[in-house]
Amino acid sequence: MNIFSLNRKQIKAKPLSSILNIFLFATGVAIISFLFLTTEKIENQLNNNVAGIDLVVGAKGSPLQLILAGIYHIDHPTGNIQYKEAFELTKNPLIKQAVPLALGDSYRGFRIVGTDQAYPDLYQGQLKEGMLWKTDFEANIGFKVAEKTGLKIGDSFTGVHGFIEDAGHAHDEHEYIVTGIFEETETVLDQLILTNIESVWKIHEHHHEHHDDEHMESEGAHVAEAEGAHDHHHDQAHADEHAPANEHEYEHADKHKPGHDHTPGSDDGKEITLLLVKYTNPMGAITLPRLVNSSTNMQAASPALEINRLYSLMGVGVHTIRLIAGFIIIISAFSIFISLLNSLKERRYELALIRSMGGNRNKLFSLVILEGISIAFIGYLLGLTLSRLGMLWVSYYTETNYHYSLQQWFNINDFYFLFVSLVIGLLSALIPAIKAMRTDISKTLSE
Amino acid sequence: MPVSEIFCIKMNNKALTTRNLIFSYNRSITFGFPDINCAPGDHCIIVGPSGCGKTTFLHLIAGLLRPDSGEVIVQGTDTVRLKNEEADRFRGKNIGIIYQKPHFIQWLTAFENLQIARYLNNLATENEDMNHLLRSLNLEDKAKSKPSQMSQGELQRLSIARAVINKPALILADEPTSSLDDKNCTEALDLLKRQAEELQASLVIATHDKRLLDHFPNRIFL
Repeated sequence: MNIFSLNRKQIKAKPLSSILNIFLFATGVAIISFLFLTTEKIENQLNNNVAGIDLVVGAKGSPLQLILAGIYHIDHPTGNIQYKEAFELTKNPLIKQAVPLALGDSYRGFRIVGTDQAYPDLYQGQLKEGMLWKTDFEANIGFKVAEKTGLKIGDSFTGVHGFIEDAGHAHDEHEYIVTGIFEETETVLDQLILTNIESVWKIHEHHHEHHDDEHMESEGAHVAEAEGAHDHHHDQAHADEHAPANEHEYEHADKHKPGHDHTPGSDDGKEITLLLVKYTNPMGAITLPRLVNSSTNMQAASPALEINRLYSLMGVGVHTIRLIAGFIIIISAFSIFISLLNSLKERRYELALIRSMGGNRNKLFSLVILEGISIAFIGYLLGLTLSRLGMLWVSYYTETNYHYSLQQWFNINDFYFLFVSLVIGLLSALIPAIKAMRTDISKTLSE
Repeated sequence: MPVSEIFCIKMNNKALTTRNLIFSYNRSITFGFPDINCAPGDHCIIVGPSGCGKTTFLHLIAGLLRPDSGEVIVQGTDTVRLKNEEADRFRGKNIGIIYQKPHFIQWLTAFENLQIARYLNNLATENEDMNHLLRSLNLEDKAKSKPSQMSQGELQRLSIARAVINKPALILADEPTSSLDDKNCTEALDLLKRQAEELQASLVIATHDKRLLDHFPNRIFL
């Protein structure tokens, strides 16, 4: 027999109130710990994926949507922009690097991105196997794509129009061949399929005649594919007919685009979805967005600004939930306090008895304190478990829907929170313990 | 093995002496108590009608209450002068108390209720003595029962067991027989005396039960 076995027995002696207190405490801890876990992970994901991109240039629309589509590949793009117009912009001396993206198709929910070879460099993407794409319909796949689809070097696959699995028209006529697989970068690169822009163009040019059907099928997946005459683009003056690809080799004029390998044909009518831009110097931040927004048909959105806007939107919600969780914890502290105090009334003569048998006040004191701390500690552990289960569940959801994993098992705040929990347990037991210590044993025992 | 051999024999110089004890609950109620002199191994009985302060007297002797003035000397130690902590420790080691009502820790079993009395005095809690004691008090099969599952008689025997478990020099009993019929009264008394004698302990009984008077030559009337 020792103080811990006694403590265990006294907690088990009143299972209902102990369980209630533990659950109350656990609920508060679970919510707060869950928020710590997920917000940190989300913020990390958001920040890592910006990868030094200063500006995203795309079709006019919601700037946040442009960022979500262009950098995080979550939302649907705002529309397409004229390749020629985008290309003109890259000549601006304030632009150090510009990476074009052509979106529109996916394979089993993973987006196929037509881009140049500078794109993987943004995320320090290293090839694990194979080599970078060279010609049309060669594709490099991200780590997660390889893992989830089982695609290997030399395998071929066909894209689907739109971003939702099985929702769009299949481009069965053109098969991509996997020529490279990237190492895990823990960025958005892991969940993308990269190819050159021409492949995206060619696929959609070929499918132009099926256009109307496609549109019906992909209504939900409001895609901005790399062809122009799409109904929902009419209002954006993109209704021009798609020009056939010109085989004419084109000396790439943009000195600012290292590794830019695609050889666009005649620019007329060619479209891309957006342009990821890095500035040469901070002056770019002042003049470029205004230049793009006012003098072109395109829109410029700054990831930093939009993400901050997103944080502040999200922040209100997170803050509210944290407050609620804090309240739950305070209520549970009160509940522990009240139930200890109540049980003290019932157990007063037991505590008096313990003293009459030679148990000194310190033992009595620690017995009551230990009960409070134990309940807080068990509640903390249960809360931590619940928060991890919640994290797994939400992560599963974001993984299946957005290919973003929120899996994270450890957060430094949990340690601080353990400390806070124990202090709460201690405080809620303190007054009952002092009362227990001051019990008039003679009076109690002769009642 | 008889219980007497298991419990080592204690040599006491003077089991209990009280001198000029005065205690007041408030200004209007003040008790003065007669002196007690109880030699080691001797027993004495405190007799008086209800409400005359018998329990108060016992609690003063046990150190559960502090007198306004006077001395309580147990085993040569003036317990009145001890600090709270010391008084608790001294009581745990030297005095066994049988309360009027059976006070037990309800969430512990009979055996654990004995264990805790030893644990609180830093004595080994896995002890054959306890099994022997339970056997000798006919409580063996109740060892794993909670107090709420035990009968009145069993609880009283368990009270006796707990009072002697730490081999005290002094055993205090508050109305141990008042609720018992004649047969059970004699049995309980024999049990108490036997346990006290095995430990060479002094037994001090506070009671209004006239049946006990004949058994104790050393009587104190309140």
